[in-house]
Amino acid sequence: MVRLNMMEFDSRENRPKNRLLSEKLCVVNIGLEQFAADLRQMDIPVVHLDWKPPAGGNLRLATLLSKLED
Amino acid sequence: MKKDNRSKIKKANAEAIERMLSGDPVWIDVVPAGQIIDGLKEHLILHAGPPIGWKDMCGPMRGAVTGIAVFEGWARDLEEAEDMAGAGEFEFQPNHHYGAVGPMTGMTTMSQPVMVIKNRTFENLAYCTINEGLGKVMRFGGNDSEVLDRLAWIRDILGPGLATAVRDLKGIALKGVVGRGLTMGDEMHQRNIACSALVLRELSPALARTTINSSELSEILTFIGRNDQFFLNLAMAMGKAIMDPVRNIDCSTVVTAMARNGTDFGIRVSGTGDQWFTAPVEMPEGLYFPGYTEADANPDMGDSTIVETIGLGGFAMAASPAVAGFVGAGPASEGFSYTRTMMEITLAQNPEWSIPAMDYTGVPTGIDIRRVVETGLTPTINTGIAHKEPGVGQVGAGVVKAPLACFEKALIAFGEKMGVA
Repeated sequence: MVRLNMMEFDSRENRPKNRLLSEKLCVVNIGLEQFAADLRQMDIPVVHLDWKPPAGGNLRLATLLSKLED
Repeated sequence: MKKDNRSKIKKANAEAIERMLSGDPVWIDVVPAGQIIDGLKEHLILHAGPPIGWKDMCGPMRGAVTGIAVFEGWARDLEEAEDMAGAGEFEFQPNHHYGAVGPMTGMTTMSQPVMVIKNRTFENLAYCTINEGLGKVMRFGGNDSEVLDRLAWIRDILGPGLATAVRDLKGIALKGVVGRGLTMGDEMHQRNIACSALVLRELSPALARTTINSSELSEILTFIGRNDQFFLNLAMAMGKAIMDPVRNIDCSTVVTAMARNGTDFGIRVSGTGDQWFTAPVEMPEGLYFPGYTEADANPDMGDSTIVETIGLGGFAMAASPAVAGFVGAGPASEGFSYTRTMMEITLAQNPEWSIPAMDYTGVPTGIDIRRVVETGLTPTINTGIAHKEPGVGQVGAGVVKAPLACFEKALIAFGEKMGVA
């Protein structure tokens, strides 16, 4: 059985069983901070990770960086 | 290719950091600029920032140019100086091209005394004029008789007086002064109170020994004692003396200079030689003196960003709670955030320049253009704000960000040089 975070396999349905909405959430939010703020307002524990894609998503610069990285 | 680049860049950057950290800057002399700066001649005006011509200069830069032309005796008055500048009778070159740096407008010309800093490790010299004090001064574009009279006093009394005292002391080593200043609340850009006092403490006995005229001695001691930013120009020349040996290391991505001319912001990177990468300079965000607002402000200006290039100023904000308030950066605790953020874009910490309130963490050292472009975090600079009109002077102080575009352009040029762009 593959076990991924909040997912469990339902053998009768032959697909993962989603417990996401039936259990208490603990969230790690990556990227847009507003999502974390919304969850906090609902008293849901959330850790926000301030992350942006490399070079702000500029593909040319990101590719160049990958060729020049340590 | 990728692995090869990786090892070359890593090795080159290790060399760059080693050169930065091993620098040993000492204030050794004060000399008229024309006597020590190679190539400085009549009608040549060195200015702050990357190259710029008269037609693109901002108001305060133009004000300073006309003022210094009158001071040097090249023009009879400001109007004639402006006509001469417009007619192309002055040559303009960046201070950085002559081993020098200058705050704000950064005027350096033949008869002005410059403080000479020697990096004893690499034997190179760097120069900066003497800080004029606060208020209406040439570095902020001031150019009236009050400004020119002060420059004459600096040339005739202060410069020679400091020269004999510094020679009598056989120089003042600056690295230790900065180390102590950081523990006393200076960040060496917008706050230099501690370092100015420490230097004055060293200078005073020598000045007393070497200055024959007691009224001149009193004037000199009073001038330095009342100028909280006296040390800024020493810190800048020290920064130039430290960074020049870091230039031209093949394959290094370390920034060797950041400077602004009031119109453009420019950076130089070790691995791309002395090429400037420029973008329009940004407007500082900060606090204004009574009677002035953002509408009066000129965009950012000066070679003083050499201080951030060596890990001080905005990079050392955590050492200086008083500065956070002065430049409008928020509560004092915000200083830690600024310094930590600069650690994201630098390669090392300087063990000799540590910040007590951060458990003696060394200041962030060695700006890496790759990290700036990757994270989008750009260097934080603490800065003075000049009035946009010539002749007015300083109107506030604030924080400004280096434009990301400079670093993006530099990265592309670096990639082309490495054969991967």
